[in-house]
Amino acid sequence: MSTREYMLGNVAIARGIVEGGGQVISGYPGTPSSEIIGTLAAMKERDFYVEWSVNEKVAFEVAAGAAMAGVRSVVTMKHVGLNVAADPLMTLAYTGVKGSMIIIVADDPSCHSSQNEQDTRRYSQFSLIPCLDPSTPQEAKDMITYAFELSNKVQMPVIFRPTTRISHGKSDVELGPVNETKPVADFRKELERWVMVPKNARVQHVHLLELQKDILRELEDSPWNELEIREGAKLGVIASGIASVYAKEALIKLGINASFLKIGTYPVPEHKIRTIIENSDRVLVFEEMEPVVEEQVRIIAQQAGSGVEITGKMQGPVPRVFELNTDICADVLAEVLGLERTDVPADVGEDFDYNACRIDLPMRPPVMCPGCSHRATFHVMKKVYGKDAIFPSDIGCYTLGIQSGTVDTTLCMGGSITVASGMYQAGEKKPICCSIGDSTFFHTGMNGLLNAIYNKADITVTIVDNRITAMTGHQPNPGMGMTATGEQTVEVSLEALCRGLGAEFVEVVDPYDLQQTEEVFKRAKSYKGTSVVITRQYCVIDAKRAGVRRKPFTIDADKCTGCRICVNLGCPAIEFDGKSKKASINNMCTGCGVCSRMCKFDAISEVKK
Amino acid sequence: MSAPGISQFDLVIAGVGGQGAILASDIIGKAAVKENMPVRAAETHGMAQRGGSVVNHIRLGCELGSMIPLKGADVLFALEPSEALRYLEYLSDDGVIIVNTDPILPVTVTSGLCTYPDVATIILKLKETHEVKAFNATELAKEAGHAQSMNVVMVGAVSNYLPIPVETLLECVRELVPQKTIDINIKAFELGRSQVQG
Repeated sequence: MSTREYMLGNVAIARGIVEGGGQVISGYPGTPSSEIIGTLAAMKERDFYVEWSVNEKVAFEVAAGAAMAGVRSVVTMKHVGLNVAADPLMTLAYTGVKGSMIIIVADDPSCHSSQNEQDTRRYSQFSLIPCLDPSTPQEAKDMITYAFELSNKVQMPVIFRPTTRISHGKSDVELGPVNETKPVADFRKELERWVMVPKNARVQHVHLLELQKDILRELEDSPWNELEIREGAKLGVIASGIASVYAKEALIKLGINASFLKIGTYPVPEHKIRTIIENSDRVLVFEEMEPVVEEQVRIIAQQAGSGVEITGKMQGPVPRVFELNTDICADVLAEVLGLERTDVPADVGEDFDYNACRIDLPMRPPVMCPGCSHRATFHVMKKVYGKDAIFPSDIGCYTLGIQSGTVDTTLCMGGSITVASGMYQAGEKKPICCSIGDSTFFHTGMNGLLNAIYNKADITVTIVDNRITAMTGHQPNPGMGMTATGEQTVEVSLEALCRGLGAEFVEVVDPYDLQQTEEVFKRAKSYKGTSVVITRQYCVIDAKRAGVRRKPFTIDADKCTGCRICVNLGCPAIEFDGKSKKASINNMCTGCGVCSRMCKFDAISEVKK
Repeated sequence: MSAPGISQFDLVIAGVGGQGAILASDIIGKAAVKENMPVRAAETHGMAQRGGSVVNHIRLGCELGSMIPLKGADVLFALEPSEALRYLEYLSDDGVIIVNTDPILPVTVTSGLCTYPDVATIILKLKETHEVKAFNATELAKEAGHAQSMNVVMVGAVSNYLPIPVETLLECVRELVPQKTIDINIKAFELGRSQVQG
């Protein structure tokens, strides 16, 4: 039996958690991190506890509590999730942990699915918590078992930071043995350590700084930092995480002889950096996003009194934004060394002109699914509140409503209700109606609603409740009566929750019922104070999986006047023929019927068998 | 082209979210691992899946990064014609294009904001610079039993170029498609394979 398997990076990370003997795993979904818990929760046999928590701060503290009790825990999130969890992060660095704890934070350079491209390595520097940065899915898996051991040894949490290309990359992965021995939870009262009152915090801060020497010693000679000094090479290349494989490929492509230091840990290996500096006339640093390694290289060179020339992104030419790749590394190498790239002609890359062939490619942006109820909600919302109204929104599938004209702001998770309140308190006289998904409302929307009601914000809060955390891949949430592993649990009522937070106007509607939705939005708009409208309809993907089959709709060409009202809905199932000036419905129709209710000419009806 | 010391075979799979680009790359990647080749692949997940343009890179016999450099791919394998053109810059000058001629209109076109280029024009354009194997894989999939097996038709077509034995690819088709659809997908694979051979 081969122990080599073809795996998604996140599946390899999940396997690493199993191999390392993880016991409590919590997290909040966020691309590109979501499949780690998804994989663990889907396992049929499990000797660990796994949960989807309601937000990253909560997830972080669940894992912290487990590690304080002496077991091995993991928390997972995307990069921006660590902002939510930054409060416990900074102080857990002071208390440390007793068992082990890994903080998995997946970064998203190039913002493939994110609102920013912040670099988690900065949090490692800020919190003084060590960080591991994998260069391949294999290394990602292997680093997890190492991280459990390191965490236990130094009694500190460890940050593990994959990027999109690791988490959503696939590779052959060699499996390792599973650690079957598991510590038993046994919390010991140690007030000086676990209670961070000022007297204890001052002591622990000193301890944290002293610990840095031990951490550095552990990491310096770990297998994640590899140094190769080449005879006669004047150039030294330092590259971290995934940038190291791009840099290596570029060096092979261009046939350059260079010493090479691959970095996989923070703090960075100072001794190895000093060695490559001493052996090179020039050092080139490749890393994605922030110049974290480069800054350290400059500090170390200065301390060593070295005159080595250092090139990176602080003064260019390595870009500080977006992902790197082999081509960027090759371009930088060629520029720095004064070489000509012969492998790729100049007409390729940024300047590549698809239209040299005079073919205009249509844009293909991601869109809400055919039959998605958000589309119906947004349609009515815009109709009732008017084009001039302000529509703060949030993070989820409904952010795609940007195409419907009903997403005016998207700041962060839970940032819709609060931004709406702020605009109202600023004296904004235009109507304000914000939208937020069910999972996002549980995440950090609840506090914003409480605040809006308490401070009498005259706004409408629309909770677009599709009964799932859809955008990140359909994870359950507290509104569904089901846990991460599919166990039944209490089904939290959004309407009862909103009333509990003080809302006096709370209405639930089916957004497919345009007439009722319009009537409710009209009342919400005229209500003085914070009104809550919950538009509830199952996500079409889930409905399909659950076996819901609706008859598709069709357009009677004789009745269609080409008014385009249905077309403007933006449903991928509705097409418009510019020649005949008629709309038609294609085979993507899921039978929501919203377009038929909008048609003023009665031209759209269910397909009759 | 894939180069010695870097990669043995580089393949770019382009398509539209929902067409099964990930399953297609999984069949190939898993088969390569069964043949003891190191494999690196990059996929589009998350936001871009909702009917957006998707691209997967898959590198066989590669131990470096998963991203194929510009003009690096041996084969560009497009599940949708306009998507072949969108990712053409990844294909090497000697590379081959295998393309499904059945278009999927993006919402920018269905709503009348943009126009979709004539498929024949796209294919002619691709043929100006590269060897092109163009056919309606969706029709072949229907012939096999279900339009959804189009991705497997395309894997069958590309199997003529891959450094992987066809039996291993078929074994992975059986392992990765839903149990009930194995027969349809095996037929789809074979229809695609003979389409390009012939």
